[in-house]
Amino acid sequence: MMRKLLNLLCTSVALSLCGAVTMNATADTITGAGATFPYPIYAKWAEGYQKQSGIGLNYQSIGSGGGIKQINADTVDFGASDMPLTPEKLADGKLLQFPTVIGGVVPVYQLPGMGAGAIKLDGITLANIFLGKIKTWNDPAIAKLNPEIKLPALNITVVHRSDGSGTSFIFTNYLSKASIIWKTSVGNDTAVDWPVGLGGKGNEGVAAYVQRINGSLGYVEYAYALQNKIPYALMKNKDGNFVKPETSSFQAAAASADWAKAPGFYKILTDQSGKDSWPITGATFILMHTTQTNPAKATAVLKFFDWAYTNGDAMAQSLDYVPLPNTVVALIRASWKAKIKDLKGRPLWQ
Amino acid sequence: MSRKYSEIHVKRQAIQDISFHGVTALFAFLVFALLFGIVLSLFQGSLPAIKTFGWHFLWSSDWDPVQEKFGALVPIIGTLVTSTIALLIGIPVSFGIAIFLTELSPRWLKRPLGTAIELLAGIPSIIYGIWGLFIFAPLFADHVEPWINDHLGVLPILGPLFQGPPMGIGILTAGIILAIMVIPFITAVMRDVFDVVPPMLKESAYGLGATTWEVVWNIVLPFTKNGVVGGIMLGLGRALGETMAVTFVIGNAHDLSASLLMPGNSISSALANEFNEAVGELYTASLIELCLILFLITIIVLSLAKLLLLRMQRAEGRSS
Repeated sequence: MMRKLLNLLCTSVALSLCGAVTMNATADTITGAGATFPYPIYAKWAEGYQKQSGIGLNYQSIGSGGGIKQINADTVDFGASDMPLTPEKLADGKLLQFPTVIGGVVPVYQLPGMGAGAIKLDGITLANIFLGKIKTWNDPAIAKLNPEIKLPALNITVVHRSDGSGTSFIFTNYLSKASIIWKTSVGNDTAVDWPVGLGGKGNEGVAAYVQRINGSLGYVEYAYALQNKIPYALMKNKDGNFVKPETSSFQAAAASADWAKAPGFYKILTDQSGKDSWPITGATFILMHTTQTNPAKATAVLKFFDWAYTNGDAMAQSLDYVPLPNTVVALIRASWKAKIKDLKGRPLWQ
Repeated sequence: MSRKYSEIHVKRQAIQDISFHGVTALFAFLVFALLFGIVLSLFQGSLPAIKTFGWHFLWSSDWDPVQEKFGALVPIIGTLVTSTIALLIGIPVSFGIAIFLTELSPRWLKRPLGTAIELLAGIPSIIYGIWGLFIFAPLFADHVEPWINDHLGVLPILGPLFQGPPMGIGILTAGIILAIMVIPFITAVMRDVFDVVPPMLKESAYGLGATTWEVVWNIVLPFTKNGVVGGIMLGLGRALGETMAVTFVIGNAHDLSASLLMPGNSISSALANEFNEAVGELYTASLIELCLILFLITIIVLSLAKLLLLRMQRAEGRSS
């Protein structure tokens, strides 16, 4: 028995050593870590790319904060974050940042007899609900936005993320733009001091609480709400129109942003002008070192994303992500050429 | 020849003995070193938070990652209150189960019941969490919490503890799920110690006309109190450190609320939720300081239990 166990142990240790060695030795795997939100599309792109090029991607969706830590510690070839780093932070860490896909955050609710799009909200009302100032569904502020329906006298149970997350970053960024009180008393970050409500872990945790509790209001990634058929609210955008969360409204928000004037692509797409723009839109980002000690690896990473920008739009849309406009992609390629260099200062991307 | 052989034999035995002694001692001290190492690294990791907040960390209810202001009051209270609820429910129920199994149950029922309880102890905590969120919480919200609001919420002093929107998720739910999780542990220990009470003692008491309750209270319990307290401490240890099941149902909100029906947070569930995505030195350090606090709470609780046992033993010495 003992001997058997020992044998097993030895074999497994040997095997794992083999695994480690092959992972280091071959240049045909690139590694990345970070945001959970784009994980499905990165995985799909990786699958498609591997079929063509034989180069695989090992992406660990450990969260945006983890992605930033890992790229700073130089344990991965690229990091991924839903929260863009400011140009100063990029300069500190000698990093380059570029967006890959766009997504939207949608307010979701559970109200008897109210389906998707039945409720309309605007930024200040949403902020006041999340501040705990609006406590019931039939509050005059909500009733004013929804004159055609009869709202129940139910308590609003606010549901937010309990873990730090890029989704929360985009959402609180929007609330900060919509309400000065939110901006000064709570602020904008991946995790904040929520004035009211329950915390669910991950999109699935928030979704579970929202679906469980009558009169709940939370926020999740659009793709998550769509795939799980959770009723979402319509939002009033900067131009005063009520818009539905969908690919075209996210794209409208992305198109109206002036990326060319955003150093390090530091652009948060919330509360963009444009009559069709969804107000709670955000991009997800990739982080790479500007000076590469292993040029072959870095070139492989750039080739992968180049391939994804060229061939990956349909895959992205099939998973309810929004591809970047072509003008933005051209800017990204230009930034690769200008910023990413090997140790001798030669650009890696031609 | 034979003398020589036996000399060698004795020598070899001595070497064996010494090396065996050394190896076992090494293992034992390894545990000690590990414990010390953990405390040391926790302390080192939490230094930035300790320097910034000092003792204030312990009674501040702030938890604001944006302003980088952190305090441990909410998770400490959450951990202590959920564990207390778990024990308040768990101890009497476990006691009842153990008494039934050892004293009252018909012989054919003992085996299956005992096995069922042991199985309950083997269920992974995440399953309790999922079950708590999807099955127990809705039932609790629809059928129990409205009743609690109407009947217990109107009591004079205790009322505020039981007022709140019936969400099914909160401190009380977490406490009840924990109670279900610790019951098998406490029961198993209580049953085992009740079983070792000499039948002669019990039969003598029965012969003198004692009722079952009198036998349990006056014979069984005094005979086994060390074991019983030990079992309770085992349960408490599990309740204090339980993570996944609590995370699912406690609501994960850093709010201080008088009501048990409102969401709160426990130390272990705050760690599970926030460690991955904690950005910045102070945030991470504060979470590590929470680990340190949980460690200290566990040590304090276990020491108190040991103290209690010692005092009980001394009292016993005096009375006899």
